[in-house]
Amino acid sequence: MSYIRKVPNTWWLQRKPYFLFIVRELTSVAVAGYCGFLLYLMYALSKGPVAYSDAIGLITHPASYTLHMIGLLLVLYHTITWFNVTPKVLVFHLGEEKVPAVIIAGAHYAGWLATSALVAWLLLGTGTSV
Amino acid sequence: MAKTIELEIFRYRPEEESEPTFQSYEVPFNEEWVVLDAINYIKDEIDGTISHRWSCRMGVCGSCGMMVNRVPRLTCAAFLKEYYPKKIRVEPLDGFPVERDLVTDMDGFVSKLTDVSPWIIRNEGEEKPVEEGTYLQSPHELAEYKQYSMCINCMLCYAACPVFALDTNFLGPAAIALGQRYNMDSRDQGRDQRQEVIASHDGVWHCTFVGECSAVCPKDVDPAGAIQRAKLSSTTDYFKDLLMPWGKRK
Repeated sequence: MSYIRKVPNTWWLQRKPYFLFIVRELTSVAVAGYCGFLLYLMYALSKGPVAYSDAIGLITHPASYTLHMIGLLLVLYHTITWFNVTPKVLVFHLGEEKVPAVIIAGAHYAGWLATSALVAWLLLGTGTSV
Repeated sequence: MAKTIELEIFRYRPEEESEPTFQSYEVPFNEEWVVLDAINYIKDEIDGTISHRWSCRMGVCGSCGMMVNRVPRLTCAAFLKEYYPKKIRVEPLDGFPVERDLVTDMDGFVSKLTDVSPWIIRNEGEEKPVEEGTYLQSPHELAEYKQYSMCINCMLCYAACPVFALDTNFLGPAAIALGQRYNMDSRDQGRDQRQEVIASHDGVWHCTFVGECSAVCPKDVDPAGAIQRAKLSSTTDYFKDLLMPWGKRK
Protein backbone atom coordinates (compact mmCIF):
# COMPACT_ATOMS: atom_id res chain seq x y z
CA MET A 1 0.00 0.00 0.00
CA SER A 2 1.84 3.10 -1.22
CA TYR A 3 1.86 6.11 1.05
CA ILE A 4 0.92 9.46 -0.47
CA ARG A 5 2.51 12.43 1.30
CA LYS A 6 0.47 15.62 1.57
CA VAL A 7 1.88 18.95 0.38
CA PRO A 8 1.62 21.56 3.16
CA ASN A 9 0.12 24.96 2.31
CA THR A 10 3.38 26.48 3.50
CA TRP A 11 5.41 24.67 0.81
CA TRP A 12 6.49 27.99 -0.68
CA LEU A 13 7.92 29.18 2.63
CA GLN A 14 10.19 26.18 3.09
CA ARG A 15 12.88 27.10 0.58
CA LYS A 16 14.17 30.42 -0.75
CA PRO A 17 13.76 29.64 -4.49
CA TYR A 18 10.09 28.82 -3.94
CA PHE A 19 9.54 31.96 -1.89
CA LEU A 20 11.17 34.16 -4.55
CA PHE A 21 9.05 32.45 -7.19
CA ILE A 22 5.81 33.28 -5.35
CA VAL A 23 6.97 36.88 -4.85
CA ARG A 24 7.68 37.06 -8.58
CA GLU A 25 4.23 35.77 -9.41
CA LEU A 26 2.52 38.13 -6.96
CA THR A 27 4.26 41.16 -8.52
CA SER A 28 1.94 40.66 -11.49
CA VAL A 29 -0.83 41.86 -9.17
CA ALA A 30 1.06 45.16 -8.87
CA VAL A 31 1.43 45.30 -12.67
CA ALA A 32 -2.26 44.62 -13.22
CA GLY A 33 -3.16 47.07 -10.44
CA TYR A 34 -1.16 49.83 -12.07
CA CYS A 35 -2.81 49.15 -15.44
CA GLY A 36 -6.16 49.50 -13.70
CA PHE A 37 -4.97 52.75 -12.19
CA LEU A 38 -3.94 54.13 -15.62
CA LEU A 39 -7.34 53.16 -17.01
CA TYR A 40 -8.96 55.03 -14.14
CA LEU A 41 -6.88 58.12 -14.99
CA MET A 42 -7.96 57.95 -18.64
CA TYR A 43 -11.57 57.54 -17.55
CA ALA A 44 -11.29 60.58 -15.25
CA LEU A 45 -9.76 62.54 -18.14
CA SER A 46 -12.70 61.62 -20.35
CA LYS A 47 -15.11 62.91 -17.73
CA GLY A 48 -13.81 66.46 -17.92
CA PRO A 49 -11.55 68.89 -16.00
CA VAL A 50 -13.26 68.56 -12.60
CA ALA A 51 -13.13 64.79 -12.54
CA TYR A 52 -9.54 64.89 -13.82
CA SER A 53 -8.32 67.36 -11.19
CA ASP A 54 -9.96 65.17 -8.54
CA ALA A 55 -7.95 62.24 -9.87
CA ILE A 56 -4.76 64.30 -9.76
CA GLY A 57 -5.59 65.24 -6.19
CA LEU A 58 -5.71 61.55 -5.39
CA ILE A 59 -2.33 60.91 -7.05
CA THR A 60 -0.55 63.70 -5.24
CA HIS A 61 -1.74 62.49 -1.81
CA PRO A 62 1.25 61.33 0.33
CA ALA A 63 -0.19 57.83 0.63
CA SER A 64 -0.21 57.69 -3.14
CA TYR A 65 3.54 58.43 -3.32
CA THR A 66 4.20 55.54 -0.91
CA LEU A 67 1.99 53.18 -2.92
CA HIS A 68 3.73 54.28 -6.12
CA MET A 69 7.18 53.62 -4.64
CA ILE A 70 6.13 50.14 -3.50
CA GLY A 71 4.50 49.56 -6.86
CA LEU A 72 7.66 50.68 -8.66
CA LEU A 73 9.81 48.23 -6.68
CA LEU A 74 7.41 45.38 -7.42
CA VAL A 75 7.20 46.21 -11.12
CA LEU A 76 11.01 46.51 -11.29
CA TYR A 77 11.37 43.06 -9.72
CA HIS A 78 8.79 41.73 -12.15
CA THR A 79 10.61 43.20 -15.14
CA ILE A 80 14.16 42.29 -14.14
CA THR A 81 13.30 38.67 -13.30
CA TRP A 82 11.50 38.33 -16.64
CA PHE A 83 14.21 39.94 -18.78
CA ASN A 84 16.83 37.73 -17.13
CA VAL A 85 15.03 34.52 -18.11
CA THR A 86 14.16 35.48 -21.70
CA PRO A 87 17.43 33.97 -23.03
CA LYS A 88 16.04 30.60 -21.89
CA VAL A 89 12.94 31.11 -24.04
CA LEU A 90 14.40 32.90 -27.07
CA VAL A 91 17.12 30.65 -28.40
CA PHE A 92 18.50 31.90 -31.71
CA HIS A 93 21.37 30.70 -33.82
CA LEU A 94 23.49 32.97 -35.96
CA GLY A 95 25.06 30.40 -38.25
CA GLU A 96 26.60 27.80 -36.00
CA GLU A 97 26.76 29.91 -32.84
CA LYS A 98 24.01 30.40 -30.33
CA VAL A 99 23.26 34.08 -29.67
CA PRO A 100 24.69 34.73 -26.16
CA ALA A 101 22.24 35.16 -23.28
CA VAL A 102 23.62 38.59 -22.48
CA ILE A 103 22.64 39.84 -25.95
CA ILE A 104 19.05 38.59 -25.64
CA ALA A 105 18.57 40.02 -22.16
CA GLY A 106 20.58 43.11 -23.09
CA ALA A 107 18.30 43.85 -26.04
CA HIS A 108 15.32 43.87 -23.68
CA TYR A 109 17.05 46.25 -21.27
CA ALA A 110 18.05 48.46 -24.20
CA GLY A 111 14.46 48.56 -25.42
CA TRP A 112 13.33 49.41 -21.90
CA LEU A 113 15.86 52.24 -21.66
CA ALA A 114 14.88 53.59 -25.07
CA THR A 115 11.16 53.57 -24.24
CA SER A 116 11.77 55.19 -20.85
CA ALA A 117 13.93 57.86 -22.51
CA LEU A 118 11.13 58.57 -25.00
CA VAL A 119 8.51 58.84 -22.24
CA ALA A 120 10.80 61.05 -20.16
CA TRP A 121 11.39 63.33 -23.15
CA LEU A 122 7.65 63.54 -23.87
CA LEU A 123 6.76 64.38 -20.27
CA LEU A 124 9.72 66.52 -19.23
CA GLY A 125 11.58 67.63 -22.34
CA THR A 126 8.70 69.31 -24.12
CA GLY A 127 7.74 71.20 -20.96
CA THR A 128 4.36 69.48 -20.78
CA SER A 129 2.73 69.92 -17.41
CA VAL A 130 0.22 67.45 -16.03
CA MET B 1 37.17 9.62 19.32
CA ALA B 2 36.24 9.04 15.64
CA LYS B 3 33.96 11.65 14.10
CA THR B 4 30.35 10.69 13.47
CA ILE B 5 27.37 12.29 11.80
CA GLU B 6 23.67 11.73 12.37
CA LEU B 7 21.34 10.66 9.59
CA GLU B 8 17.60 10.99 10.15
CA ILE B 9 15.92 8.64 7.71
CA PHE B 10 12.31 8.40 6.55
CA ARG B 11 10.93 4.96 7.36
CA TYR B 12 7.73 3.44 6.05
CA ARG B 13 6.94 -0.25 6.31
CA PRO B 14 3.42 -0.79 4.96
CA GLU B 15 3.05 -4.17 6.69
CA GLU B 16 3.87 -2.64 10.08
CA GLU B 17 2.57 0.91 10.08
CA SER B 18 0.03 3.17 8.41
CA GLU B 19 2.06 6.37 8.91
CA PRO B 20 5.74 6.96 8.20
CA THR B 21 8.27 7.73 10.94
CA PHE B 22 11.84 8.99 11.10
CA GLN B 23 14.69 6.90 12.46
CA SER B 24 18.06 8.33 13.46
CA TYR B 25 21.39 6.62 12.94
CA GLU B 26 24.91 7.65 13.93
CA VAL B 27 27.40 6.79 11.16
CA PRO B 28 31.17 7.35 10.92
CA PHE B 29 32.08 10.63 9.30
CA ASN B 30 34.53 10.30 6.45
CA GLU B 31 35.78 13.14 4.19
CA GLU B 32 35.29 11.06 1.05
CA TRP B 33 31.87 9.65 1.90
CA VAL B 34 28.66 10.62 0.23
CA VAL B 35 25.15 10.21 1.67
CA LEU B 36 24.79 6.94 -0.28
CA ASP B 37 27.89 5.55 1.48
CA ALA B 38 26.31 6.42 4.82
CA ILE B 39 23.00 4.73 3.89
CA ASN B 40 24.84 1.63 2.67
CA TYR B 41 26.83 1.61 5.93
CA ILE B 42 23.54 1.72 7.86
CA LYS B 43 22.18 -1.17 5.83
CA ASP B 44 25.34 -3.25 6.15
CA GLU B 45 26.28 -2.56 9.77
CA ILE B 46 23.37 -1.11 11.74
CA ASP B 47 19.92 -1.82 10.30
CA GLY B 48 19.49 -4.23 7.43
CA THR B 49 15.76 -3.50 7.16
CA ILE B 50 16.26 -0.15 5.42
CA SER B 51 15.21 -0.13 1.74
CA HIS B 52 16.74 2.18 -0.85
CA ARG B 53 17.60 2.28 -4.55
CA TRP B 54 21.11 2.80 -5.91
CA SER B 55 23.35 1.40 -8.63
CA CYS B 56 26.31 3.07 -10.31
CA ARG B 57 27.28 5.29 -7.33
CA MET B 58 28.83 7.73 -9.79
CA GLY B 59 26.02 9.97 -11.00
CA VAL B 60 25.09 8.33 -14.31
CA CYS B 61 22.30 5.86 -13.57
CA GLY B 62 19.78 8.11 -11.83
CA SER B 63 18.73 5.49 -9.26
CA CYS B 64 19.75 7.08 -5.95
CA GLY B 65 17.74 10.31 -6.00
CA MET B 66 16.36 11.32 -2.59
CA MET B 67 15.41 14.46 -0.64
CA VAL B 68 18.48 15.46 1.37
CA ASN B 69 17.59 18.24 3.84
CA ARG B 70 14.57 18.99 1.67
CA VAL B 71 16.58 19.35 -1.56
CA PRO B 72 16.38 16.67 -4.29
CA ARG B 73 19.89 15.25 -4.73
CA LEU B 74 21.64 12.21 -6.11
CA THR B 75 22.83 10.68 -2.84
CA CYS B 76 25.96 9.44 -4.63
CA ALA B 77 26.85 13.07 -5.32
CA ALA B 78 25.96 14.61 -1.94
CA PHE B 79 29.03 14.61 0.28
CA LEU B 80 28.65 14.21 4.04
CA LYS B 81 31.14 17.04 4.49
CA GLU B 82 28.68 19.46 2.86
CA TYR B 83 26.46 18.96 5.91
CA TYR B 84 28.84 18.00 8.74
CA PRO B 85 28.50 18.46 11.67
CA LYS B 86 24.75 19.09 11.26
CA LYS B 87 22.41 16.13 10.93
CA ILE B 88 21.19 15.01 7.54
CA ARG B 89 17.52 14.31 6.90
CA VAL B 90 16.93 11.81 4.11
CA GLU B 91 13.50 11.28 2.57
CA PRO B 92 12.14 9.71 -0.61
CA LEU B 93 11.76 12.07 -3.60
CA ASP B 94 8.83 14.47 -3.22
CA GLY B 95 5.73 14.07 -5.36
CA PHE B 96 5.82 10.30 -5.67
CA PRO B 97 3.96 7.65 -3.65
CA VAL B 98 6.22 5.85 -1.19
CA GLU B 99 6.36 2.09 -1.55
CA ARG B 100 8.71 1.49 1.33
CA ASP B 101 11.28 3.60 3.22
CA LEU B 102 13.21 5.54 0.56
CA VAL B 103 11.71 3.70 -2.42
CA THR B 104 9.10 5.50 -4.53
CA ASP B 105 6.57 4.29 -7.07
CA MET B 106 7.99 5.35 -10.45
CA ASP B 107 5.20 3.99 -12.67
CA GLY B 108 3.60 7.40 -13.24
CA PHE B 109 6.91 8.87 -14.35
CA VAL B 110 7.72 6.01 -16.73
CA SER B 111 4.32 6.20 -18.41
CA LYS B 112 4.84 9.92 -19.01
CA LEU B 113 8.09 9.18 -20.84
CA THR B 114 6.21 6.84 -23.15
CA ASP B 115 3.47 9.43 -23.70
CA VAL B 116 5.83 11.77 -25.60
CA SER B 117 6.69 9.07 -28.20
CA PRO B 118 10.43 9.12 -27.52
CA TRP B 119 11.64 7.62 -30.80
CA ILE B 120 12.45 8.89 -34.29
CA ILE B 121 9.19 9.33 -36.18
CA ARG B 122 9.35 9.50 -39.98
CA ASN B 123 6.59 10.54 -42.35
CA GLU B 124 4.81 7.88 -44.33
CA GLY B 125 7.10 6.78 -47.17
CA GLU B 126 10.10 8.73 -45.92
CA GLU B 127 11.76 5.96 -43.98
CA LYS B 128 15.30 5.47 -45.21
CA PRO B 129 15.84 1.79 -46.06
CA VAL B 130 18.67 0.06 -44.24
CA GLU B 131 20.64 -0.44 -47.48
CA GLU B 132 20.88 3.32 -47.95
CA GLY B 133 22.76 3.63 -44.69
CA THR B 134 22.20 5.88 -41.69
CA TYR B 135 20.57 9.30 -41.56
CA LEU B 136 23.36 11.85 -41.81
CA GLN B 137 23.59 14.55 -39.19
CA SER B 138 26.03 17.42 -38.87
CA PRO B 139 27.70 18.34 -35.56
CA HIS B 140 25.56 21.49 -35.55
CA GLU B 141 22.35 19.48 -35.94
CA LEU B 142 23.50 17.24 -33.09
CA ALA B 143 24.20 20.24 -30.90
CA GLU B 144 20.58 21.37 -31.32
CA TYR B 145 19.26 18.56 -29.14
CA LYS B 146 22.26 16.98 -27.43
CA GLN B 147 21.73 18.75 -24.11
CA TYR B 148 18.21 17.28 -23.85
CA SER B 149 19.52 13.79 -24.55
CA MET B 150 21.68 13.81 -21.40
CA CYS B 151 18.77 13.10 -19.06
CA ILE B 152 19.38 10.12 -16.75
CA ASN B 153 15.74 9.88 -15.64
CA CYS B 154 16.68 10.51 -12.01
CA MET B 155 13.40 12.36 -11.31
CA LEU B 156 15.06 15.08 -9.21
CA CYS B 157 13.32 17.62 -11.46
CA TYR B 158 9.89 16.20 -10.61
CA ALA B 159 10.74 16.30 -6.91
CA ALA B 160 11.75 19.96 -7.24
CA CYS B 161 8.67 21.03 -9.21
CA PRO B 162 5.91 22.60 -7.07
CA VAL B 163 3.44 22.24 -9.95
CA PHE B 164 4.00 18.49 -10.02
CA ALA B 165 3.78 18.32 -6.23
CA LEU B 166 0.35 19.91 -6.36
CA ASP B 167 -0.91 18.08 -9.47
CA THR B 168 0.73 14.82 -10.49
CA ASN B 169 -1.09 14.94 -13.84
CA PHE B 170 1.53 17.46 -15.00
CA LEU B 171 3.61 15.85 -17.74
CA GLY B 172 6.71 17.23 -16.04
CA PRO B 173 10.20 18.47 -16.89
CA ALA B 174 11.98 15.25 -17.90
CA ALA B 175 9.18 14.02 -20.17
CA ILE B 176 8.91 17.36 -21.97
CA ALA B 177 12.69 17.66 -22.30
CA LEU B 178 12.68 14.16 -23.80
CA GLY B 179 9.94 15.19 -26.23
CA GLN B 180 12.02 18.23 -27.21
CA ARG B 181 15.06 15.97 -27.66
CA TYR B 182 13.17 14.27 -30.48
CA ASN B 183 11.40 17.37 -31.77
CA MET B 184 14.75 19.05 -32.29
CA ASP B 185 16.46 16.03 -33.81
CA SER B 186 16.94 16.71 -37.53
CA ARG B 187 16.18 13.07 -38.29
CA ASP B 188 12.75 13.27 -36.67
CA GLN B 189 9.53 14.36 -38.38
CA GLY B 190 7.13 13.72 -35.52
CA ARG B 191 6.67 17.10 -33.88
CA ASP B 192 3.03 17.40 -34.88
CA GLN B 193 2.32 13.98 -33.43
CA ARG B 194 3.85 14.92 -30.11
CA GLN B 195 2.08 18.29 -29.92
CA GLU B 196 -1.15 16.84 -28.64
CA VAL B 197 0.63 15.60 -25.55
CA ILE B 198 3.30 18.28 -25.16
CA ALA B 199 1.19 21.36 -25.92
CA SER B 200 -1.71 20.20 -23.79
CA HIS B 201 -2.96 21.70 -20.53
CA ASP B 202 -1.19 18.94 -18.61
CA GLY B 203 1.85 19.49 -20.80
CA VAL B 204 3.88 22.68 -21.14
CA TRP B 205 1.00 24.97 -20.24
CA HIS B 206 0.88 23.65 -16.70
CA CYS B 207 4.41 24.93 -16.15
CA THR B 208 4.79 28.29 -14.41
CA PHE B 209 8.58 28.51 -14.94
CA VAL B 210 9.63 28.17 -11.34
CA GLY B 211 12.94 26.95 -12.74
CA GLU B 212 13.86 24.65 -9.85
CA CYS B 213 13.89 21.64 -12.15
CA SER B 214 16.89 23.03 -14.02
CA ALA B 215 18.51 24.12 -10.76
CA VAL B 216 18.56 20.56 -9.34
CA CYS B 217 19.33 18.70 -12.57
CA PRO B 218 22.66 16.85 -12.11
CA LYS B 219 23.23 16.68 -15.88
CA ASP B 220 22.52 20.32 -16.88
CA VAL B 221 19.70 19.25 -19.18
CA ASP B 222 17.86 22.52 -18.47
CA PRO B 223 14.33 21.11 -18.73
CA ALA B 224 12.89 24.53 -17.82
CA GLY B 225 14.48 25.97 -20.96
CA ALA B 226 13.15 23.07 -23.03
CA ILE B 227 9.64 23.68 -21.73
CA GLN B 228 9.67 27.44 -22.39
CA ARG B 229 10.97 26.87 -25.93
CA ALA B 230 8.17 24.35 -26.46
CA LYS B 231 5.66 26.97 -25.24
CA LEU B 232 7.05 29.48 -27.75
CA SER B 233 7.06 27.05 -30.66
CA SER B 234 3.56 25.74 -29.97
CA THR B 235 2.29 29.34 -29.74
CA THR B 236 3.86 30.31 -33.06
CA ASP B 237 2.46 27.11 -34.58
CA TYR B 238 -1.00 28.02 -33.32
CA PHE B 239 -0.86 31.45 -34.97
CA LYS B 240 0.67 30.07 -38.16
CA ASP B 241 -2.18 27.56 -38.39
CA LEU B 242 -4.71 30.26 -37.68
CA LEU B 243 -3.36 32.82 -40.15
CA MET B 244 -1.88 30.53 -42.80
CA PRO B 245 -3.79 27.25 -42.67
CA TRP B 246 -2.54 26.24 -46.10
CA GLY B 247 1.08 25.93 -44.95
CA LYS B 248 2.45 22.45 -44.32
CA ARG B 249 4.87 21.90 -41.48
CA LYS B 250 7.51 19.20 -40.92
